[in-house]
Amino acid sequence: MNVRVALAQLAPRLGRLDDNLAAHREVLARARADGADLVVFPELGLTGYQLQDLSAEVAMTLDDPRLEALAAETAGCSAIVSFVEEASDHRLFIAAALMEDGAIRHVHRKIYLPTYGLFDERRFFAAGQVLRAAPSRLGVPLGLAVCEDFWHLPVPLMLALDGAQVLVNVSSSPGRDVAATHEVGLGTATSWRTLMRTYAMLTTSHVIFCNRVGVDESVTFWGGSEIIGPDGESIFQAPLHDEGVFVAELDLADVRRERIALPLLRDERPELVRRQLERILRARAGES
Amino acid sequence: MSTVSGPGATGTALFELPPELAIDTRVARRIMVGFVRGQLRQAGFERAVLGLSGGIDSAVVAFLVAEAIGPERLLCVLMPYRTSSAASLEDARSVADRLGCPSRVVDISPMVDGYFSTAAEPGEPEPSTLRRGNFMARARMAVLYDLSAAWRGLVVGTGNKTEVLIGYTTHFGDDACAFDPVGDLYKSQLRQVAVELGVPERIIAKPPTADLWPGQTDEAEVGVSYAELDRLLYWMVDRRRSAAELVERGFDPAFVERVARMVAGAEFKRQVPPIAKLGPRTSGVDYLYPRRRPAPGT
Repeated sequence: MNVRVALAQLAPRLGRLDDNLAAHREVLARARADGADLVVFPELGLTGYQLQDLSAEVAMTLDDPRLEALAAETAGCSAIVSFVEEASDHRLFIAAALMEDGAIRHVHRKIYLPTYGLFDERRFFAAGQVLRAAPSRLGVPLGLAVCEDFWHLPVPLMLALDGAQVLVNVSSSPGRDVAATHEVGLGTATSWRTLMRTYAMLTTSHVIFCNRVGVDESVTFWGGSEIIGPDGESIFQAPLHDEGVFVAELDLADVRRERIALPLLRDERPELVRRQLERILRARAGES
Repeated sequence: MSTVSGPGATGTALFELPPELAIDTRVARRIMVGFVRGQLRQAGFERAVLGLSGGIDSAVVAFLVAEAIGPERLLCVLMPYRTSSAASLEDARSVADRLGCPSRVVDISPMVDGYFSTAAEPGEPEPSTLRRGNFMARARMAVLYDLSAAWRGLVVGTGNKTEVLIGYTTHFGDDACAFDPVGDLYKSQLRQVAVELGVPERIIAKPPTADLWPGQTDEAEVGVSYAELDRLLYWMVDRRRSAAELVERGFDPAFVERVARMVAGAEFKRQVPPIAKLGPRTSGVDYLYPRRRPAPGT
């Protein structure tokens, strides 16, 4: 089955929730008219990234009428939308929600919050605790992850073991390192391309990456959204830095073909991983 | 030291480029042009103003801003002092003309001379060239910020990474700006970008100078070439090498120590002045917002 994916490589406006909601609605309407099955928006596409103390001011609870109104526009399609989620206990999370047929079906809260170098997320946000594949109207479960989540090996593996056949990473990745030695003139792009191809190959899953463009404060987000097949080959690459909605198709049957030919997931040893992790955790806690 | 030379259109070497400093100039250009647009958009401005000295830094920034918003929206201000070199003024004019930007000349001599003649107390020694130079830089800042209001455009900074790191700037003078598109480019890298942008070769190849007094050049004043200084800063700052590792890499120990002192001593110029913490929420400490914060409810 072919899935028509629209990658909304947008430049959200920092702190301007209403403007960004309007942009999301417009993209959704156009993508649906264009026959898209899945519309993917970037990390914090509704709010912008460098929020600092604005985080609390743009936060929404899951029953916020603005989110419900956006979800209402997903009749007959799936969309992944990202925003600041305020929990009932007032923790703030960087969330990516799967919206389908008018409702929010699943919410992934960013698990790994980079707080080093140019990043300061842990200061403003709580870290998600749950990693779970999300059933979807597309017929296969999706594995949602947000940006830094993909810089930790367990994430793609857990999602794939939990049944995901399409891993979706939504990002606000700031471009850096313009040394002339890089593949496309940007160190960040080279790193991301390397790890996404590796995850696709090792989990024999599709990988969808949607990264924003535009500028927040000092940093420029590089775009380069991409779809990779379960063999690790790129199916579609959006340009670097250009704002736009890019549409491409992936064939879900590729996952079956790849997993029959290369049964890596079948041969995973989660029980061995658990035993070794338990031993390592005891040792790291100084217990043995 | 192995180096390559940055090419001019005629194939002659315009400058010395340490290989580790080579950047992808097309990507850098894309990022900087987008940065200028993004900064103005977030701030709600459509125009910009900058001081054009005739040197490479302000020429590169003028090219970038003109590309980002169109030359008609960039006001180039030429601010000579009576001892400034006539060639600098001519080079600045050539950049504004080449780009098709509106420009104006403001002679800062009456401001500067007026201040020093008024402020002098009887029996005081003549102000040093350093004091005079710093005052000139701050006079230019005052002019730019005044014209910023008249032109309704933001002041674009032109400080490069080399001078920002070693503190070769006048605090609240040439470092004053709304944003700086080239502050993360070493001089050697900025020269590469200048070639990519088509900045006149004459401006790329001439010795950099603050032009605060006749005959001044950066490299004579700091006592080292930009290529060598940039290389050291790159390994020290970007690649986090210790002094011992830098010496192992072949840098002269005295040079390493001197530059490390300059960088440490200039930390204050790179930061907002600290505010004494008294209340529950203090700007810059625990009151942290984007620099251009949208009004609530937008």
